[in-house]
Amino acid sequence: MSAQQPRFSTFSRLLHWLMAVMILAMLFIGIGMVASVSERYQVLVSIHKPLGVAILVLVVIRFLNRLFNPPPALPDTMPPLMRLAAKASHILLYALMLILPLVGWGMLSAARYPIVLFGALHLPPILPHDLALYAWLRPLHTDLAYLLFATFLAHLGAALFHGLIRQDGVLSSMASWRGTIRGN
Amino acid sequence: MPTTVRSLALRLLPKGTEEWRTETINIPVFVVNSAKGFYDQTLASAPNPATGKPDPAKMKAFLAAHPEAFKAMAIIKKAPISSGFADSTFYGLDAFRFVNATGDSVPVRWSLVPLQPFVEEDPANSASADKNYLFDALIAQINAHPLQWRLSVTVGQPGDPTSDATLPWPDDRQQIDAGTVTLDHVSSEATGGCTDVNYDPLVLPSGIEPSDDPLLSARSAVYARSFTLRAGARRDKPPSAITAQDVLAGGKQ
Repeated sequence: MSAQQPRFSTFSRLLHWLMAVMILAMLFIGIGMVASVSERYQVLVSIHKPLGVAILVLVVIRFLNRLFNPPPALPDTMPPLMRLAAKASHILLYALMLILPLVGWGMLSAARYPIVLFGALHLPPILPHDLALYAWLRPLHTDLAYLLFATFLAHLGAALFHGLIRQDGVLSSMASWRGTIRGN
Repeated sequence: MPTTVRSLALRLLPKGTEEWRTETINIPVFVVNSAKGFYDQTLASAPNPATGKPDPAKMKAFLAAHPEAFKAMAIIKKAPISSGFADSTFYGLDAFRFVNATGDSVPVRWSLVPLQPFVEEDPANSASADKNYLFDALIAQINAHPLQWRLSVTVGQPGDPTSDATLPWPDDRQQIDAGTVTLDHVSSEATGGCTDVNYDPLVLPSGIEPSDDPLLSARSAVYARSFTLRAGARRDKPPSAITAQDVLAGGKQ
């Protein structure tokens, strides 16, 4: 199929790939740190917090960017159910990218851990010191992280399906860095 | 001889958002120097369900496998036990690093040295069935007058072990008197704020950094996990052995 599919803006693609690397790293750092009692634990924790905050800042920028640089329309050849799945999974991805760092920040606040970014640079608590709240938010943080990982895998699978099976230009609208798009 | 470790944990809140949490206990060195050592010790000292006591053979095997614990226990046994909380020295045990503005650092350990005169534990007290005698005495003393400790910082020399909490530093190391800790009131576990705080040894202000002591990461990771479990099981927590009424009454008389 020839793809006249327009691409995402350069800034949108930059944000997408930067955040893809950060979020994937974050998921593995999170899983790694809670499974470790070695010196790696404190190294991973000290990366996890500022990286989470960076993702939170970037996702806000990404929301704003989406308003000014709307994504290209999906190809007409996509069946309605597939469009619905694409839309729903993107809403879920955006929601999790926003909520996960906020739940992390909130659970540390509820447990009254200092929220250290670097050295003396701290974030203020966003929730009251409440252990019942912490006991609810802490497992929620893990559960949402697994949901994000599952959604990421679905997203990756869908991208490969578009690129390899359907060959409808959806993958290259985000993945191509060539000056001009050639029909695939 | 009392076998339960006594502890004094502090939460220091300097101006701004920084914080320093430290937990200190009344033994001069720690028994093990690694997470694996602690795990092995916990298994070896677990009571046998049949006798209700630890199995001596398991403890012997543990000490054979962990010579550092054997040496540390000899040091711990030599240190006299105080009659109460107020006249006990409490040790931070793990090494940290004090870092100045230009990034130079020195290894340190700290301890809390009581201003109350030391009186050795009467074996009759620790053998008695009353499990709360230390708390009752503390309440009575603190109602009479504030209790004080000197925060003593020991500065290590190059070559002093920072990664092994079972090894003492030489006695002649520089001691800095870093201030006085004053405790002027007590509250019951039921009404005090301590159970809602994780005394994580890695909650440090800028200028204090962890050393290469592997126990620091292990403690931080394990404390976080148990703090989460405790938070989730809050409703199942048994009432405090010392009630708010006991504190008001000045301890069980």
